[in-house]
Amino acid sequence: MAVSCRQRVMAAVVVFVIVSIAGNWLWALTFCHVVGGALWTAIDLFVGLIIGPILGRLSIAARAEFAARFMPKMVLLMPTLVLMTLAAGFQLALKEGNLAPSNPNHAWLIVSYCVVGVMAVIALGVLEPANSAVLVEMRKSRPDGAVIALLMRRFLYTAGITGLMQVATLIIMTRVATQ
Amino acid sequence: MSSELATAAPTIQRRFPPVAELTICSLALVVIGGILLASYAPRRPPLGVPTALAVISAALLLTSAYLLSRLQMFAWERFFLVFRWALLAYVISAGMIGFAFIHDHTRGAPLFLLVVMLVIFALDVPLIIAFTVARYSSPPHSAS
Repeated sequence: MAVSCRQRVMAAVVVFVIVSIAGNWLWALTFCHVVGGALWTAIDLFVGLIIGPILGRLSIAARAEFAARFMPKMVLLMPTLVLMTLAAGFQLALKEGNLAPSNPNHAWLIVSYCVVGVMAVIALGVLEPANSAVLVEMRKSRPDGAVIALLMRRFLYTAGITGLMQVATLIIMTRVATQ
Repeated sequence: MSSELATAAPTIQRRFPPVAELTICSLALVVIGGILLASYAPRRPPLGVPTALAVISAALLLTSAYLLSRLQMFAWERFFLVFRWALLAYVISAGMIGFAFIHDHTRGAPLFLLVVMLVIFALDVPLIIAFTVARYSSPPHSAS
């Protein structure tokens, strides 16, 4: 199986995060957490609240055509961004002492774990399987429009929910950064 | 492309055992256990509740694997193809999480419990993805 340019970039990002954690490199950890988190939040909000409602009004054929080009990118991009943000964020919180029980940010970070936990279950248990199933369906010689419509509906609802949960993450993270 | 779309959709009408639902519950329990462990970092966490969650999660995963193994006329080839690649991706994810905890000096029983949870996590997600993909590639009706 040939490795695409996109896959190489994602692999490089994962290696960069590992090196940052291993070296306790403050700038790199902050970079990974801020850049990964900003992209994750922005993409979730944009897809859930803007792309989703538009897609919901398109014909099944148009949705299928959009999905065929959109899903391959999302399947690779989103797990990498999530991994980058969470791994670097946890390490950063430890390094900065934010996880100590006496720290005023401790409670906020526990709440953020819970928000991320709910998003992780939705994303990994519903969103990612639906993305993968749409991808496989689109590669068939005769894609089943009803299957694609069903899976895309699931994708749109869950993307909307995770988009709204990202608003909670924004509130928590801006609180943590300013305490 | 629209001309290529199949109009009849009997595949989505076929009933399957609750493999995805059970595995999502298993995933939710290890995520809750992981949050409990992480919320105590860098201190040593109490292990009672996370251990109970891991045991229930493993039981749900095994139940779902059992139900899956009994399926007939299922797209097994597609299931294993997707499962293999997803497993590779989530083993890397789980490995990275494990690496971060080891790097932060998590040792002994908490580390063992964390590894058990990560193994369940790394099996749960590929199972849900592969099952979801394969169920829509399976024949509309099972032989059983």
